[in-house]
Amino acid sequence: MELRFSIEDERFREEIADWLADNLTGEFAAIRFRGGPGDEHMFPEERKAWERRLAEGGWTCIGWPEAYGGRGASIEQQVIFHEEYARAGGPGRMGHIGETLTGPTLIAFGSDEQRERFLPGIRAGEELWCQGYSEPSAGSDLANVKTRAEFDETSQQWRITGQKVWTSLAHESDYCFVIARTEPDSAGHRGLGFFLLAMDQPGITVRPIEQMTGTSEFNEVFFDEAVCGAGDIVGAPGDGWKVAMGLLGFERGVSTLGQQMLFQNELDEIVREAKRNGAARDPMIRQRIADAHIGLKIMRYNSMRTLSGNADDGSLQPEAMIYKLYWSTWHRNLGKLAMDVLGPEAEICAGAPYELNRLQSLFLFSRADTIYGGTNQVQRNIIAERALNMPREPRG
Amino acid sequence: MEFRFTDEQRMIRDTAEAFLSVASDGEAVRAAMASELGYDVALWKQVCEELCWPALHIPEDYGGLGLGYVELAATMEQMGRFLFCGPYFSTVCLAVNALLVAGSESQKATWLPRIVAGDTATLVGALDTPLTWEATESGYRLSGSCRYVIDGHGVDWMVVAARQAQGGDIGLFVLPGDADGLTRQWLPTMDQTRKQAQLDFDSVQIASADRLAGAADADAALAAVLDLAAVALAAEQVGGAQQCLDSTLAYVRERVQFGRSIASFQAVKHKAADMMVKVEAARSACYYAACIAQEFLAGGPMGEELAEAASVAKAWCSDAYLFNAGCGIQLHGGVGFTWEYDIQLYFKRAKSSEILLGNAAVHRERLAAQLLD
Ligand SMILES: Cc1cc2nc3c(=O)[nH]c(=O)nc-3n(C[C@H](O)[C@H](O)[C@H](O)COP(=O)(O)OP(=O)(O)OC[C@H]3O[C@@H](n4cnc5c(N)ncnc54)[C@H](O)[C@@H]3O)c2cc1C
Repeated sequence: MELRFSIEDERFREEIADWLADNLTGEFAAIRFRGGPGDEHMFPEERKAWERRLAEGGWTCIGWPEAYGGRGASIEQQVIFHEEYARAGGPGRMGHIGETLTGPTLIAFGSDEQRERFLPGIRAGEELWCQGYSEPSAGSDLANVKTRAEFDETSQQWRITGQKVWTSLAHESDYCFVIARTEPDSAGHRGLGFFLLAMDQPGITVRPIEQMTGTSEFNEVFFDEAVCGAGDIVGAPGDGWKVAMGLLGFERGVSTLGQQMLFQNELDEIVREAKRNGAARDPMIRQRIADAHIGLKIMRYNSMRTLSGNADDGSLQPEAMIYKLYWSTWHRNLGKLAMDVLGPEAEICAGAPYELNRLQSLFLFSRADTIYGGTNQVQRNIIAERALNMPREPRG
Repeated sequence: MEFRFTDEQRMIRDTAEAFLSVASDGEAVRAAMASELGYDVALWKQVCEELCWPALHIPEDYGGLGLGYVELAATMEQMGRFLFCGPYFSTVCLAVNALLVAGSESQKATWLPRIVAGDTATLVGALDTPLTWEATESGYRLSGSCRYVIDGHGVDWMVVAARQAQGGDIGLFVLPGDADGLTRQWLPTMDQTRKQAQLDFDSVQIASADRLAGAADADAALAAVLDLAAVALAAEQVGGAQQCLDSTLAYVRERVQFGRSIASFQAVKHKAADMMVKVEAARSACYYAACIAQEFLAGGPMGEELAEAASVAKAWCSDAYLFNAGCGIQLHGGVGFTWEYDIQLYFKRAKSSEILLGNAAVHRERLAAQLLD
């Protein structure tokens, strides 16, 4: 076992840290530490401009192969990038869905044409993507999607009709990837297709959903004969589930370490507040703050294990399978801790009508962490069935 | 960065697993725990002579194998998994570490080869020592009485931590088990797989050469020894927590109620998933701390993290082991409450290891002080 980074990697760390220090200034100074989870609706224009600045510096998509405009950065370098980015207060990435989901999916499953068409826009920080998976009747049971895709022979186009829901940032996005049923009478994970759609077209209507935070990061998206070209399906009709699941595999990547730096910033703020208001003298609060600290440290060590690849037989990575359940639960507890540190002040908003301060936002938004991307219950099912080989859930 | 076992480390782990699964099976554990000494002398001899485990992280200069702390942790993990009964923790994780951290060159050269040769030893007065020392013309005199000494009644010799009067400087002394004025009494324990004793020091004389003289600051040295021991103990806890999960899974798969395997009930699956989260996180914490312990002993810069890494690991692993053992009993149903099933032994071991070297709350408070004060 070796914990240290190499000298080249440390040099890489300096390079990105310097670049961030030089560039997170001027017009971008105001968006430092902004736009993260719970704050994603803020400063969209400034953050879009920031995406382009990042791209000019060659700091988008660094993990992609060089052939597709990336740097072919090693896992270690990606880890370092995300750590330094979060440390410097780099704003919440508007382009992360394209960079971490669409891109890797097209690189793995897409056609050359699709890669040529879509990767440069993501790489340049100019084209933003959203994820059209969930539907009113397809949440945890994602395979139950009802949205239909029909191929129109005359126009040589796919026509998509149906409804997606909880689509984060759909209102800011240029494209959406959508799973839809290509075989009308199919059920479950058979007969699905994975489509790439432009958002700006008459067949698509985006309606924001107001969240418990009073803000709207996610939306309902209605498709009424929305169109995309014959070449805009990834894989063959019927391959949609395979592609969709492949994509979810990319979700648990290196960006987790950047996320942990954001968590560290939040914990630091709670520690500062506890020292300031005297909560730091309460023995129960002390225990919980220490517990949060321990939990975050272990989250990091756990990711280091995951990123070092496994382990015993090379196949199963148990520490990777616990990750979502672990961090979502930790973060939700951090939200509760934040409120208890604040005491009665926890109730008082930053402003009217409903302007939440950062810790209130953490408290409320962390309730979503245990729901999206596979709820905690679904995560436990996955762990029990795939890691522990316990019997599968009965299906309706 | 390569945060995983090397092939050699994996081999050491596999060897320990293969050996202990036979030598430390349920029957062997029950026989050992029923004795006052607490272990099978012939088995311990085999562990020393054939497997050379006590020599594991003793440098080659003193006749040891010169391996690292990760290897030690990998071995301890398997010992915890099979509830190995033997004076390994006391001898290697306490006494050897004390000599490595606080012994002078000649003291190490005197005592460490004896461990390699099969001596057993322990550390007395680890936490908040109640013992006192005072200088005499020819050396020192130790007084007081100390409980909870791991394997204290049977070891060949010991390192004793004492304070000069109340609240004075820490002194660390090496003392044979049969020293004049020393009375040792075995204390029956709830966890019978780890033995404890009370030691009474009635003006025990110690030669000046037997005060450990390798560390400038004995308080800091003792703290480091305890941190190193906590890391090893955390590894043992990981092994125990894993075994609780594994044996529970084996049980729930076989057990049928309502016409189906109880492993198919979601309430059971979710409990098992939670147990896995606990133990995998425990493993991450413990391996990280083992790497840091290795750095510390090698004098590397990351060794500065020792206290923090040890507290993180000990706090988490203590809770995780107890959680998994408790869930294990629950998922076994009535048989989980019997003497016959082994899960109860793990539950008791989880409790005793939680208390040993400070429970989770103690370690959290240590971290809180660092963060908040
Ligand atoms: C903030 C936020 C952003 C999101 N962004 C996106 C996005 O960009 N794109 C997108 O496609 N989706 C997005 N989602 C949707 C998200 O993935 C779903 O909400 C999630 O998969 C759960 O589905 P559901 O809401 O229909 O809940 P349901 O599946 O109806 O679950 C309700 C409850 O039942 C439990 N449950 C369901 N099935 C089981 C089972 N088999 N065993 C045990 N318990 C079960 C769940 O754990 C939960 O507690 C987002 C959600 C949130 C909250």
